[in-house]
Amino acid sequence: MEHWSPTSISAAPDTGPAPPSIAVRLARDPKVVFAGGFILLLIVLAIFASLIAPQDPLAQNLLAGTLPPAGFPDAEPGFLLGTDGLGRDVLSRVIFGARISLTVAFVAAGLACLIGSLLGLLAGFLGGWVEVVISRLVDVWMAFPPVLLSILLVAVLGTGLHSVIAAIVVIDWTRFCRVVRTETMGQAQMDYVVAARTIGFARPAILFREILPNVMPVLIALLTLEMGIAVVVEAILSFVGLSVSSDTPTWGGMIAEGRKIVHEAWWVLAAPLAALFATVVAFKQLSDGLARSLDPVLRR
Amino acid sequence: MTTPRLTIETLSAISLRDGNKPVLRRVSLAVDTGEVHGLVGESGAGKSTIAKAILGIIPSQVKIKGGRIDFEGTDLLSLSASGLRAVLGRDIALIPQDPSTALNPARRIDVQMTDGLRLKRGLSAKEARVRAHALLEEVQIRDPERVLNSYPHQLSGGMRQRVLIAAAFGLEPKLVIADEPTTALDVTVQKQILRLIRALQERHGTSVLFVSHDLGVVAKICDRVTVLYMGKVVEQGTTTDVLTTPRHAYTKALLAANPRYDRPDTGLEPTPPEVISALRAEISAFDVSLLESRDG
Repeated sequence: MEHWSPTSISAAPDTGPAPPSIAVRLARDPKVVFAGGFILLLIVLAIFASLIAPQDPLAQNLLAGTLPPAGFPDAEPGFLLGTDGLGRDVLSRVIFGARISLTVAFVAAGLACLIGSLLGLLAGFLGGWVEVVISRLVDVWMAFPPVLLSILLVAVLGTGLHSVIAAIVVIDWTRFCRVVRTETMGQAQMDYVVAARTIGFARPAILFREILPNVMPVLIALLTLEMGIAVVVEAILSFVGLSVSSDTPTWGGMIAEGRKIVHEAWWVLAAPLAALFATVVAFKQLSDGLARSLDPVLRR
Repeated sequence: MTTPRLTIETLSAISLRDGNKPVLRRVSLAVDTGEVHGLVGESGAGKSTIAKAILGIIPSQVKIKGGRIDFEGTDLLSLSASGLRAVLGRDIALIPQDPSTALNPARRIDVQMTDGLRLKRGLSAKEARVRAHALLEEVQIRDPERVLNSYPHQLSGGMRQRVLIAAAFGLEPKLVIADEPTTALDVTVQKQILRLIRALQERHGTSVLFVSHDLGVVAKICDRVTVLYMGKVVEQGTTTDVLTTPRHAYTKALLAANPRYDRPDTGLEPTPPEVISALRAEISAFDVSLLESRDG
């Protein structure tokens, strides 16, 4: 038997310089920077709406109805995006509308994410009858048309912000559940999970310390995407008048109003539509960027 | 020779998916204190099943039908899940086969290395971190601090395997199960890793069950060898005896299949059919005798 002296072992060469941290990588991704920046701006506008908005969003002035945006003939100073049929400032209403949209985006998507991913983690990790029950539940759930179901739910629960959020959570938790379940099942097969078992980790520790960090990047990307979807769903519900009461400005409600007078005052429709469009695109782009930057394997 | 640390007695297992085909046929082997015991055989011979049985990670389609796995007086097979968890990591550790998948890609090396130390050795986060640093130095990593702050994909395969070896020996187990620890590495790194395992094993007096299909690797590191074929032990003895004067025809065939660099390559000779048929006859006779002994 040959004997090995440890001093004869040559050290393996070191690999290059330390790669950038997550924060640096995120800051280098244009999608994250621009889309994230836009959403951050929106958040600031929503929080400080009463300070930033040039006019009271509810103040009517029937004599100053359908004023065009600045730069067009007959435009009045102080009404940058013009006024609607009741003479209310469109810009101020768009800014105040962001409040509802973002509240719904964060609260509804967050709750749906929490419920869906918990069930998904359990289904993917425990397997067996737990997985069968949860998966079939998701299948049955997804067989309902989402928009009709949400309208039905709000009709039953009554209108209001809480109902809108509840409707979105009740419908969209399945999206998180399915993705997280699949990811968890894949991760549970990995060698490092088996290795964690062989040093005697209990199952909750394995689930939350070994598996969850690897599901997180997908989860964060999906959560961001879902925020965009929640904004659209809220707009749909307020468009059909099932969201918050009509004295609170919402983008969906503004679109509904603007649609009626689009031939006389296109800006009343265009402004909330553009805000909605930009917000959804921003959430989608941010989701893409986050998915790319947070992936532990793609990190270089 | 001292008292064995791990004794496997007449361990039998069947595959539920494959028509209840036996995968282990009354396997017995003993790993002594401070010994490196090689477990060799071709793919499907049951080497990994034995390793997994010890660690309690048998796949669901394999069912243990009998036997004992005796570790210092306790039968691991009869332990509850939490009883086994207490032994694993403290007394028994694993060096996994593939260093590229055995480390969690989402967690830094320091977190992964200190996990076991905190859970099984009761160290504080700070102590565990200091210990991890020392362990990496012990496996000849030049810049432990940088490695500790890295994610697995930032390290080479050899580095990752060193980290895994450091983590396994760092728990100061009595038995390390090395499941083909060098198979995924290239030959030069292989040699360094083998030296490292042997050096650490000697320094800590650890017993090692070394699973491999590579007789060259086994010859370098093992004190004793068990040769498996179709889940049955065909030969057992000291490495020198088994490799220089193999008694069983299968071991001879296995040795002949090893590539040689000191003569022109004559191509890979398949295991002679008469050896295979003799083996199969031997094994089926063995199975029949098992059935009869059970009936009687």
